[in-house]
Amino acid sequence: MDWMKIFSALALVMFIVFLFPRARDMMKNTPKGSSSDWMSFVIPIIAIVLFIMLLIQLV
Amino acid sequence: MNQNYSAVAQRSPSALATSKVLRNTYLLLSLTLLFSGFTAVISMAMNMPPMTYLISVIGAMVIAMFVLPRFANSTAGIGIVFLVTGMLGFGLGPILSMYAALPNGGNIIMLSLGGTGVIFMGLSAYVLATRKDFSFLGGFLMVGFLLVLIAALANIFLAIPAMSLMISAVVIMIMSGFILYDTSRIIHGGETNYVLATIGLYMTIFNIFISLLQILGIMGGDD
Repeated sequence: MDWMKIFSALALVMFIVFLFPRARDMMKNTPKGSSSDWMSFVIPIIAIVLFIMLLIQLV
Repeated sequence: MNQNYSAVAQRSPSALATSKVLRNTYLLLSLTLLFSGFTAVISMAMNMPPMTYLISVIGAMVIAMFVLPRFANSTAGIGIVFLVTGMLGFGLGPILSMYAALPNGGNIIMLSLGGTGVIFMGLSAYVLATRKDFSFLGGFLMVGFLLVLIAALANIFLAIPAMSLMISAVVIMIMSGFILYDTSRIIHGGETNYVLATIGLYMTIFNIFISLLQILGIMGGDD
């Protein structure tokens, strides 16, 4: 295993440790979305998936 | 009538402040994107080794997480944003050189660049047109991002190409969610600092570009 893998892994662990308390706070304080709110998120995401599939066809 | 006029007059300063944050964010974002493009070209011309990417990304993340928040309310914050985005652009150089060396590498790079632009502008236009509040996405996106980081950590040792492809696809979905979330926060007054707003949006664009490059490189590669 080369040092770059170890270095990347250490950086990712540091990043995860840094983000974990923030993620926990956000989970507690985020307002709940209604089903129409979630639909307004899902629709553009589906559009992006289709767009990426189009890009793959174009390569 | 007077009551309506008064309500509009009361809302105006906040609406003006929000539109100022949005305008400044997009202006700084365009300048930083141009600057990171410039540093990427320099890095390609200098033929930097692949490890440049890792060192630049780690250095830029450390500065963005620990130094930038302290200077976000001063003019020094703008300089630090340019430093961070310049470093990320410089780190991108060896990756772009690697893709450019592929048979259809130029096509992959241009499609990733154009695709990232379309995704960013499309999602931003969607939020600005609907003015929907996406604050409910915060916890979901943060947990999703943490899970992706854990999967990426595992894949450093497992080195499964299909997992790498899946991680890139999920990163694009999560970063798209962050574009909706961040833009919605700006227009609803949740983010009033354009320096922090810029770095947040820049990171989403950077991650989408890298992930798209990887997906198109794997799916469209002849090797």
